[in-house]
Amino acid sequence: MRFERRATRSWGLTLLAPLMAVAVAFVVAGGLIALSGAPVIEAGRRILENAFGSRLALTETLTRTTPLILTGLAAAVAFRARVWNIGAEGQFYGGALATAAMAQVVPGPLAIPALMLAGAVAGVVLLVVPVALRLRFGVDEVVTTLLLNFIVLLFVSLAIEGFLRDPLAFGWPQSVPVPPEARLPKLVDRSRLHVGLVIAVLAAVLVYLVNRYTVFGLQARAAGLSAPAARFAGVPLSRTLLTTACLSGGLAGLAGAIEVMGVKGHVSSDLSPGFGYTGIVVAMLAGLSPLGVILAALFVAALFVGADGMSRALAVPSFIADVTTSLALLAMLVAIFFTQYRVAK
Amino acid sequence: MEGISKRFGTLLANDDISLRLGRGEVLALLGENGAGKTTLMNVLFGHYMPDSGSVTVDGRPLPLGRPRAAIRAGVGMVHQHFTLAGNLTVLENVMAGTESLLRPASRTAAARAKLAALADRFGLPADPDARTGDLSVGQQQRVEILKALYNEARILILDEPTAVLTGPEAEGLFAALRGMAAEGLSVIFISHKLQEVMSASDRVVVLRAGRVAAERVTARTSKAELAELMVGRRVERPRKGDTARGAKRLEARGLRLARDGRQVLDGAEFAVHRGEVLGIIGVSGNGQGALADLLSGLGRPDAGAILLEGTSIRGLGPRALRRLGVGRIPEDRNRDGAIGDLSLWENAVLERIDDPRFSRRGVVRAGAARAFCKAVIERFDVRGGTPDSPTRLLSGGNMQKLIFGRTLSDAPKLLLAAQPTRGLDEGAIAAVHGEILAARNGGAAVLLISEDLDEVLALADRVQAIFRGRLSPPVAAEGLDARRLGLMMAGEWERQDAV
Repeated sequence: MRFERRATRSWGLTLLAPLMAVAVAFVVAGGLIALSGAPVIEAGRRILENAFGSRLALTETLTRTTPLILTGLAAAVAFRARVWNIGAEGQFYGGALATAAMAQVVPGPLAIPALMLAGAVAGVVLLVVPVALRLRFGVDEVVTTLLLNFIVLLFVSLAIEGFLRDPLAFGWPQSVPVPPEARLPKLVDRSRLHVGLVIAVLAAVLVYLVNRYTVFGLQARAAGLSAPAARFAGVPLSRTLLTTACLSGGLAGLAGAIEVMGVKGHVSSDLSPGFGYTGIVVAMLAGLSPLGVILAALFVAALFVGADGMSRALAVPSFIADVTTSLALLAMLVAIFFTQYRVAK
Repeated sequence: MEGISKRFGTLLANDDISLRLGRGEVLALLGENGAGKTTLMNVLFGHYMPDSGSVTVDGRPLPLGRPRAAIRAGVGMVHQHFTLAGNLTVLENVMAGTESLLRPASRTAAARAKLAALADRFGLPADPDARTGDLSVGQQQRVEILKALYNEARILILDEPTAVLTGPEAEGLFAALRGMAAEGLSVIFISHKLQEVMSASDRVVVLRAGRVAAERVTARTSKAELAELMVGRRVERPRKGDTARGAKRLEARGLRLARDGRQVLDGAEFAVHRGEVLGIIGVSGNGQGALADLLSGLGRPDAGAILLEGTSIRGLGPRALRRLGVGRIPEDRNRDGAIGDLSLWENAVLERIDDPRFSRRGVVRAGAARAFCKAVIERFDVRGGTPDSPTRLLSGGNMQKLIFGRTLSDAPKLLLAAQPTRGLDEGAIAAVHGEILAARNGGAAVLLISEDLDEVLALADRVQAIFRGRLSPPVAAEGLDARRLGLMMAGEWERQDAV
């Protein structure tokens, strides 16, 4: 079987691709569920029910969606300009830690914006440095951002077992909590859902507008598609990539800040179940489209929350959620390929 | 090949084409860009599966769509863009794919001897241990040919073999091809250059719009006839009229630049006046690329002055230059001139996005940008795209028209055109030449950097040759012949009298 490039890209196919990918992922995952001895239809029903079927389920899914939108945007923004930010996980924790630290200093009504800013700035610093190193010395940012994740996580451990440790936490390694006035208001009473969701959706819309309508958006796309042509056209390459790094790192840092202020109230080393890495999956599933990121984040979050409940009820390992998202990603990559190529006759 | 048809989407690239190639024959496949030459050869080599038709080699039908079968049947192809691994040696490249992966050690000694014998027999010298990435383009092409011969090719296909070669290299190549034909090999080469078709082939098949337009024995045809057959109508390149040469626009003095420890520019000096075309001609690699980069705002000379109307523009970037009235046509349009995955309008305004017509407070004025692009498309006859379609769908000629169009819309004082017709077909060349002369007649100063003798003689008012980073004194193009230019390009100007 051989492939040839399609002359034009059809919009129908581009929109169909993620749906096909998800469908394929579900079919394969269904096979795996059957293999583990559980009734497939029942499992599917339970996943849906646990993700959307009740007030609690829905708010939990949306709570999980919130950080994924932001880390997904961080990856999408960076990848569009060919800045390979694999460090959203580290930027997330950096943002979270900066928020917890700042909360000890800034009191009162200013706290919420100040803490979010602190989180974003931490994320910015963690990405701008690797990108600057690439521009100046040609250091591969895939390596630096990936390795920074481990450094940041270890630094967080150091902080929450040391200078930021909560003395009232019965010996659990977690940071001093954020004061109540700096916690994000709830969107729905008696749930964990908070206004962070609104902020994340607004961020996605904002990124979409910047991408689509601004000079920076055009230049970032040009720089990502062809650096030599962008340079010839006078696009300030370094500035564009550094601005991209600020945007991407800031979004990932903000995700950490919002997770601390909205859900946990403190930093611990299990704050993120891989939100940074899953953000990359979300961005790819969304085809790097900022608005698509919202849907992709919702899909991934629902799958994780739903599979959790399903596995408790049917004793199917909850790893099935990881397997399904991974399958969806693989299927998506194949589907993206087929939007650009077709089987040669 | 019998009745080959191949369709891409709505485009019928090959429409019922039949082709015969004799033993020991050199066949030229002539046609404009997009006439279907490369598609046809890719069918023969098994890269493409034709929609209908059949291929027979030595009386045996060739399984279609399978390069491996084609190679086994003795078909070898040298692509326009080489398929060598730059990090391997010549010998390793030649051997690649010929041995089973299961064999524990490769038989280098035998391969080395076979390669040396081939190189000797066909006059294609190559150092088997050189790293392929370090070789010049001409040498890499030799390696490609040797690789095909090593695979026992008896039919050799070359896709636009001279597109990347200098004059003497091309002559060497054709001499080698003649030698192969004399030994009973058959050669097909794809070209759209009439000169080399006339001088190197036995027979010519002219393709036009996917069909065989004509077939001629080379000895019994003429350049003029072939040109007409190829384009389907008479094409004449525009001729320059007289203009009054005006005041000095651009002046460069003592430009020096070192790159990677090599002195690429070594005291280059020239001046371009209003209403004239100054042609800078030279064999590629003598510093004209660096010169174009400096004048395009992509670098700063180590020493020397660049003055636009008496004011220094040394070290200014692309945007500042454009604002001062410098229009730039890059040497490599696919790499520097346009971005294939952006739309036409985005490519049209990218370098002038700082213009208040196209952006305000950081927001792109897409309406104005689309209107600008539409005007360029109409005025410069860009075909095959709308402002919103992706630029990669344009043919080379139309992409170049878009680049010329956006640049000339600024009515630049100085037009810098580097290799403006490289890889274009006859019709597009005529259009580009027309634009260059129109700019000159409109009062622009034009600096034309080219490797094409005919182009420089047709367009330039004065000519300077570039050789090892130095420029000859200017000579009037009037009455200049190719022989004298050739000597100048070889750095022999000291013995000539400058005008």
